[in-house]
Amino acid sequence: MAAVITKPDSLLYDGADWDYDKIKRVYDAIEDIAVKEMGLSVYPNQIEVITAEQMLDAYSSIGMPLMYKHWSFGKHFARDEMLYRKGYRGLAYEIVINSSPCISYIMEENTMTMQTLVIAHAAFGHNHFFKNNQLFQQWTDAEGILDYLEFAKAYIAQCEERYGHHAVERVLDAAHALMNQGVHKYPKKRTLDLRLEQKRERERQEYQEQTFNDLWRTVPKPAGGPARPSKSVSERKKLLGLPEENLLYFLEKKAPRLEHWQREILRIVRHIAQYFYPQKQTKLMNEGCATYTHYTIMNRLHEKGMISEGAMLEFLHSHTSVVFQPEFDDQRFSGINPYALGFAMMQDIVRIAENPTDEDREWYPDLAGKGDGMGAVRDAWANFRDESFVLQYLSPHLIRKLKMFSVRDDAEDPYLLVENIHNERGYRHIRKLLARQYDLAFLEPDIQIVDVDLAGDRKLILHHRVTNGVLLDESDAKAVLRHIANLWGYEVQLVEVSAVSEAILKEHAVTAPSGVGA
Amino acid sequence: MNIIDRRLNPQGKSLANRQRFLRRAKEQVIKAVRDASGKRGIQDIENGEKVTISTGGVREPSFHRSQSGGVRDYVVPGNKEYVEGDTIARPEEQGGGRGSEGSPDGEGEDDFRFVLSREEFLDIFLEDLELPDLVKQKVKQSESYSLTRAGYSVTGSPANLNLVRTMRNSLSRRIALKRPKPADMTALEALLREAEERGDDPEHLRDLREQLERHYLRSKRIPFIDPIDVRYNRFETVPKPIAQAVMFCLMDVSGSMTEHMKDLAKRFFMLLYLFLKRRYRSVDIVFIRHTHEAKEVDEDTFFYSTETGGTVVSTALEEMQRVIKERYPENEWNIYAAQASDGDNMSSDNARSAALLREVILPMCQYFAYIEVAAEHNMGLSALGRETELWRTYKMVQRPDLPLAMRRVRSRREIFPVFRELFAREKAGA
Repeated sequence: MAAVITKPDSLLYDGADWDYDKIKRVYDAIEDIAVKEMGLSVYPNQIEVITAEQMLDAYSSIGMPLMYKHWSFGKHFARDEMLYRKGYRGLAYEIVINSSPCISYIMEENTMTMQTLVIAHAAFGHNHFFKNNQLFQQWTDAEGILDYLEFAKAYIAQCEERYGHHAVERVLDAAHALMNQGVHKYPKKRTLDLRLEQKRERERQEYQEQTFNDLWRTVPKPAGGPARPSKSVSERKKLLGLPEENLLYFLEKKAPRLEHWQREILRIVRHIAQYFYPQKQTKLMNEGCATYTHYTIMNRLHEKGMISEGAMLEFLHSHTSVVFQPEFDDQRFSGINPYALGFAMMQDIVRIAENPTDEDREWYPDLAGKGDGMGAVRDAWANFRDESFVLQYLSPHLIRKLKMFSVRDDAEDPYLLVENIHNERGYRHIRKLLARQYDLAFLEPDIQIVDVDLAGDRKLILHHRVTNGVLLDESDAKAVLRHIANLWGYEVQLVEVSAVSEAILKEHAVTAPSGVGA
Repeated sequence: MNIIDRRLNPQGKSLANRQRFLRRAKEQVIKAVRDASGKRGIQDIENGEKVTISTGGVREPSFHRSQSGGVRDYVVPGNKEYVEGDTIARPEEQGGGRGSEGSPDGEGEDDFRFVLSREEFLDIFLEDLELPDLVKQKVKQSESYSLTRAGYSVTGSPANLNLVRTMRNSLSRRIALKRPKPADMTALEALLREAEERGDDPEHLRDLREQLERHYLRSKRIPFIDPIDVRYNRFETVPKPIAQAVMFCLMDVSGSMTEHMKDLAKRFFMLLYLFLKRRYRSVDIVFIRHTHEAKEVDEDTFFYSTETGGTVVSTALEEMQRVIKERYPENEWNIYAAQASDGDNMSSDNARSAALLREVILPMCQYFAYIEVAAEHNMGLSALGRETELWRTYKMVQRPDLPLAMRRVRSRREIFPVFRELFAREKAGA
């Protein structure tokens, strides 16, 4: 580093204190590097300075600047606050929101170096990822989300006023329990437009009010019960769109006893779940992208003599603790650190593109030696999600570097078995297994609504397709079924079926709730 | 790029969520608070409290796989010695079972910890307690008047002029009396001028002039704003009721009172103080300690200085009577008294104490609580059923219609239950 001659007058800032001028200068310098040198393309940025208190607030509403009210957010706030106050846990340095303009929160107590790091990390790294990754492009509406949340908050507050806290809480509890089962996993024909969504809700309601006619209530029912001809099972399923894995969607559309506002609340929760779905699938890449971005930018700033040696050391200290990966037998080990692995993989892609070994040429004939590492990384950021990213880019080199190995835990054996280690035989297996650890479709239980007996007792039947013999957590499953029964209004049954043999492994049933409805 | 400073935005955005959470977890929180108060010193009660509740009622269930059974594969970093086919002993449950999910029946679930603020804690702590006999909330006759808006009046100072009312009245009067509008006047003038210029028929000109003249006169006769239009905001002075309470702490400080007993007494006094403080805007405390003579003292002296001498309870009651007479007229103050003693009294004084209590003190008091403190391990006496001098004396005074309550307290644990018992809100119909 002695080669770098730091001219004091080229420094963007000096010392730890920050002010708006400095932030502006730093932002411009970073933008210069990010856009011109790294070729990033970002949403317009909005940087908001907040206090620790407000950071805790933001935590408790799942990071969004505004959110409807629910006790579970209060619960998380209470716990986060306590952990923070007792010093068990620090606060995040930033929160960034996938919206346009892209909002990044930075905390007032950060030093100027930390603010620089945060701007590079969030306002450029995450922002670029949000804007360019295909999952986000396909699934989320960055322009509409804040307006939609505004609508959701007002709508739910209005419902609370009109129907009472308790009734609204009941629906929200149930909807939250099903949040993971409330997303469409396969693309629909058109993209979601959240602004349109608000308009449609209004129109639906107006239409209903216009076409309401009290006479229908007085029409006598045909004697002898419903004379509907019973359709064949397959026909019925087709009519109901079964099987359906989006439980919230199904309940919203088909549950017979829900009121209009209850359906709308389910819809709101479903939209929010859908909005966060890409984030869950790209945690590793998103953090890898942001970490790689801030690392590159900080180094460039330093090379250009724009930040001091002291600032660089402060940055490196913070950076290394972020990308620290404890080993499996370490006290601190709690799974693979997405920052560490993501960052390592980004660096590895650049290495393969620019300085490949023979092994890399063999494994990545299309990528190795192409040059333009940054371009290769940008390409990966745009087109992959965690699972496919690992499957594509986890190189033997990195597996060796991290000394990865895979362990099989079969409940029937008295010991764990080491199946693969970092050698020729193991690379592909390890890569496949690790990719699966990031595959939401594999991580989350596969639960579908398979049948409803509409002519009979209206029992709702769900199937859980069990892979590897791992059943659902029983007490939680029971509790969620109770929530489903509250929404559905009739009996609900969940059958756990082996995906391999179609054998029924376990059944849970919850009877119809008493006095559901209005 | 925009930089926005959000630091000045209103704080406590999640307060509504917190209230929802507390409401949801209410039962468990109440239980936790009660448990905590049994264990902790009264001094700490005014501070916030860290409570731990079980996650039962505030669990957020979701479909997820159970932690045991089946076949699982893990990829982890940091291999040092393993080769394919090696076996590893299954890690002990406590080490391996990370995460919070415990046994299926929810027994082993993580407890949920959080901190209640002082206000929240006291709210729950003193919930469904009520002060007996709140009736005598006398209106204090001095300086506490407030102005309240009370409609409009036709007189008043110019500062209180109500412009909207005044103009409304003026407008309706002008319309009713058909005062010509300025616009009509100018139109008519213009018409006249035109006619003059054209040199119209003099008949017509005269008509117009007369019409204009009438308009002038009318608008002169009907003023724009008449004194009868004017309205003033009216204010009334309303006497503000001041609910104020004074609390008398009486304690025997003779040699027979041990530190333990004083501690118990102190705890009780503090609870009572906290409680009164929440019900009345201002609460005065008067400390009266006594041996064979009574004296009003400050708090420190009351609790911490020792005194020797005999025990004559009536002196304390006399002192209380004197203080009330001097400073706390009974028609202006809600008077509460708590007396703590180990039950000793000079036998010759019993009759006098009883008479004082019955005839002087109790009629003035909203409530008089007598707490008999005893040594913790001194089980013998009351186990034998022997009642102390003072207890017997007061018991004779006690009647259902008198605001006198008596309890024995032996250990710290009993303080709060006894307190609750004394002030528990009466069940409707009971």
